[in-house]
Amino acid sequence: MTAAVDRPSLLAGLAEVLHEVAGTPAEKVVPEAGFEADLDIDSLTMVEVVVACEEKWGVRIPDEALEGMRTVGDAVDFIATAGGGAA
Amino acid sequence: MTAPTAGGAPVAITGLGALTPLGPDVASFEQGLLEGRSGVRLLDEPEFAELPARLAATVDLTDRLERVEARTLDRVQQVALVAAREAWADAGVPEVDPTRLAVVIGSGIGGALTLLKQDQVLRDGGPRRVSPHLIPMLMPNGPAATVGLEIGARAGVHCPVSACASGAEALAMAMELLRSGRADVVVAGGAEACVHPLPLAGFAQMRALSTRHDDPEGASRPYDKGRDGFVLGEGSGVMVLETVEHAAARGARVHGHLAGAGLASDAHHVTAPDPTGAGAARSIVAALRDAGVGPQDVGHVDAHATSTPLGDLAEARALNTALGDHRPPVTAPKSCTGHLLGAAGAVEAIAAVLAIKSGVIPAIRNLSDPDDEADVDAVRTVARKHVHDVALSTSFGFGGHDVSLVLTR
Repeated sequence: MTAAVDRPSLLAGLAEVLHEVAGTPAEKVVPEAGFEADLDIDSLTMVEVVVACEEKWGVRIPDEALEGMRTVGDAVDFIATAGGGAA
Repeated sequence: MTAPTAGGAPVAITGLGALTPLGPDVASFEQGLLEGRSGVRLLDEPEFAELPARLAATVDLTDRLERVEARTLDRVQQVALVAAREAWADAGVPEVDPTRLAVVIGSGIGGALTLLKQDQVLRDGGPRRVSPHLIPMLMPNGPAATVGLEIGARAGVHCPVSACASGAEALAMAMELLRSGRADVVVAGGAEACVHPLPLAGFAQMRALSTRHDDPEGASRPYDKGRDGFVLGEGSGVMVLETVEHAAARGARVHGHLAGAGLASDAHHVTAPDPTGAGAARSIVAALRDAGVGPQDVGHVDAHATSTPLGDLAEARALNTALGDHRPPVTAPKSCTGHLLGAAGAVEAIAAVLAIKSGVIPAIRNLSDPDDEADVDAVRTVARKHVHDVALSTSFGFGGHDVSLVLTR
């Protein structure tokens, strides 16, 4: 595992992923934003976001974890805790 | 023209949309046909290099859809969406009760490009790399579903799959939905986009494709002695159809009417046409009866005519069987567009409507040396002025599907 990435960098990286996959404007990607409720990310697109995050930070996001991952902040917390670094 | 009696009521055509190898919209399609322009090119990209047949008629989707919108839609869904948007706008964006609005978009092949691409992703990266959008992108009803979501259709979304008759069958089904009172407005047509080495290799192994590589624009030549197969095309044609009453109530501009449809099947061979054209003839007779018109009323024929040696002859026999002594002018849009498979029937029904409206029947491109065995009054060299009220459009598909449509002013 490479060195862990700080949370602001994770947030910025997640914004890049969301823009690429769903065209989400970067300014909407804030910790309290809900993927489905605020960013209009449906369940299929969320799978793409997960796979992109796994590739980007070399972490594994299991389906069980995905269920609790409702907001951008939840995702940042999970990746940070899982020791996400540059893959 | 006699009043409809034996079949059902005609339905109004209030919107037209077409994305074809001749251009981005209906206007460029009509202009291209009248000019006798070809949309066929040599596929010179490296992935096609080994193929025995390397010709196709492709469309330009550049900047037609938003990037994010396009990435979850197979190309066949994209072409359908572009054509449907044009048709819907052309119809004046009708205000319809969503539960009275239906969609019927046929496709012969479906999302083949996505299937092939994702198969490579699976081999290279394993199952967790496969797109979660794979299934909705490859399913043949994908184009219909995409258009249904776009316009909010809640009276049913359908997808007839009958190879190269799919687009015509979609229009026939749409007419039935309107006649039976199951919808007031139906957005209907066909879509296809499978220009890729694998389908091309498959068609080539059937010896169905032209190999006139030294003259791409001369490759699609229906009824010509030098014809040697069809040219694969891609694109979409979509119509907005509505009951005559609904169109009148909202004061819609009406392009023409779909007055009748006839469906038959050959039960002869899975791909070869019945050389007698018997099934095709039965579909024509049924369509005329359904429309309440006789053979003598037919002002022109928009023939299926794909430029294959056997298919064109079988169709010519079918026309003579069904129309008897009446020999209306025959045109063949595939000479310009190539063969749009599941979109062809819809695109060519649009061509038929346009010819009735303008009173000009486009000439068949590349018909320099007519095959006497194909005994029809083929319009060649120059477009023919001919004021008329009724057109016949034919479509036949692998599987032995015969679909004929009658379009009226």
